[in-house]
Amino acid sequence: MNPLPRHPRGRRRPLGPALWPYLLVAPTVLGGALLLGYPLVRNLLISFQEYGLAELIRGGAGFVGFSNYRTVLTDPEFWEVVRRTFWWTLVNVVLIMVISTLVALMMQRLGRKMRILVTSGLVLAWASPVIATTTVFQWLFASRLGVVNWLLVRLGFTSFEGYSWLADGPAAFTVLVLIVVWQSVPFAAITLHSALLTVPAELYESARLDGAGGWRIFRSLTLPLLRPLFGLVLCLEVIWVFRCFAQIWAVTKGGPGEATTTLPVYAYRVAQSLHRYDLGAAVSTLTVLLLMAALIAYFRQLLRQEADR
Amino acid sequence: MTPRALRRLPLNTAALLVFVLAVFPVYWMVLTAFRPTRDIQSETPRFLPVSVTLEHFANAVAADGFWTFWRNSLLVTAGCVLLALVVALAAAFAVARLRWRGRRGFVLMVFVAQVAPWEALLIPMYVIARDADLLDRLATLSLVYFMITLPFTIVTLRSFLAAVPAELEEAAQVDGCTRAAAFRRVTLPLLAPGLLATSLFGFITAWNEFAFANMLVIKDQDDRTLPVWLSSFSNVFGTDWGATMAASTLFALPVLVLFLVLQGRVAAGMTGGAVKG
Repeated sequence: MNPLPRHPRGRRRPLGPALWPYLLVAPTVLGGALLLGYPLVRNLLISFQEYGLAELIRGGAGFVGFSNYRTVLTDPEFWEVVRRTFWWTLVNVVLIMVISTLVALMMQRLGRKMRILVTSGLVLAWASPVIATTTVFQWLFASRLGVVNWLLVRLGFTSFEGYSWLADGPAAFTVLVLIVVWQSVPFAAITLHSALLTVPAELYESARLDGAGGWRIFRSLTLPLLRPLFGLVLCLEVIWVFRCFAQIWAVTKGGPGEATTTLPVYAYRVAQSLHRYDLGAAVSTLTVLLLMAALIAYFRQLLRQEADR
Repeated sequence: MTPRALRRLPLNTAALLVFVLAVFPVYWMVLTAFRPTRDIQSETPRFLPVSVTLEHFANAVAADGFWTFWRNSLLVTAGCVLLALVVALAAAFAVARLRWRGRRGFVLMVFVAQVAPWEALLIPMYVIARDADLLDRLATLSLVYFMITLPFTIVTLRSFLAAVPAELEEAAQVDGCTRAAAFRRVTLPLLAPGLLATSLFGFITAWNEFAFANMLVIKDQDDRTLPVWLSSFSNVFGTDWGATMAASTLFALPVLVLFLVLQGRVAAGMTGGAVKG
């Protein structure tokens, strides 16, 4: 398809301004309606139907009102998963934001050569495919011959000799946090660093002349100036970590037991292994509702940024 | 050591630490992939390459279906990137260059779609694909990835387009070009960095995508893509970490190469600015 089909000369005027824009965005609107809008609506429908393996094969699912939501919301396991998902999001996002801010502030102070070195290291980590690095982390944390266990034993923690990280709930959780933090910090740090570069050097200069210390400058100068972008990155990280599925599924499939089952993993497990697509859809809808706060905050930040321009 | 260097020591040490932490997993992946099995099996790991072997790469490539999965990933990715580029270019043009009713609403929808909770759509997508007999097909994956990358592609191309002055196109039209020809001859070449940047993003997204590939390709294992295959490495290679790391390296390689090559071009294109001259 040609983005701008050449129109016959004669008909150019009458058609021109009125119709072209709509023709140009039609494929986008169509794609969005079929591949995003329809699945969203369908998810909502399924969550109000009885939809198991039989309905999947034969069709003819009947509506059952809020029954699926009632089942999910009265299940203590669901609330356990919600609690775990919030904990998972909190731990990851706090680590990501703190580390990225420190790295960005550090990069700002580095000399040219060191800054290029750090930037290229971050870009390398950022560009590496998620599943590839997730696999590498499994090798780093392997119980036998894994570098992490070797290092911990060398540092004197002899209990890590042959320690099996993925067999223990909290340990598996820790490994997943490390994977996600490692994969997320480069983007956040590079973005925050480029935001720091937009702060005029004179401002720092005059703050220093006024006798402000490092922490004071950060708190009353850097942070307020960075707030819009900081908020944006924060929202994005919350959304990404909350939705995170690939890493968890590839490493633990939500196990051992339920120790690393967050909401997206839970919905998938309910749908795929129990063939309760209705319950899975209900969990998905609830996930989106829970995410809403972060999403709305993100758009408010985004609109504020657009308005500032 | 000069006082200046001494003062900078803590900072540079921290920088070095960040660099090592960022690079080490990737370095360790490549190192393991090239390392003879007896060195991998050694109780004390060595952090520098001693002897090099290609044996693990041979094992990875010889694994069942390796080339099929490789080809699948490539086809799915190429389909997604091309489709997204064409569709997004049209939409970005309409948004950046034309005035029409509903434009603001459209832009807002694109922004919203950028953070669509795709992981929550796995189940309906599976049901829909099953009903429409679209499971186990590469084209289905291409379509889903196209939709995942489309909003970002539109937003990025729009800002690249906005940076090319419309006057250039108008001047060409005054010189007798049609609007389409003016766009193709004047704007499109200037847009190259933007097109490269967005295809890079589309490529990485589609190449890496795991959740939908895992959900929508179930029965026909020959239609799996590389991420899904790689995630099941323990079924394929057991605890043969050499072969697993060789497979990971081969999987990461195209993205890293593209990133290195295109990053430079994108940056050069943006700073070079053909408009300047």
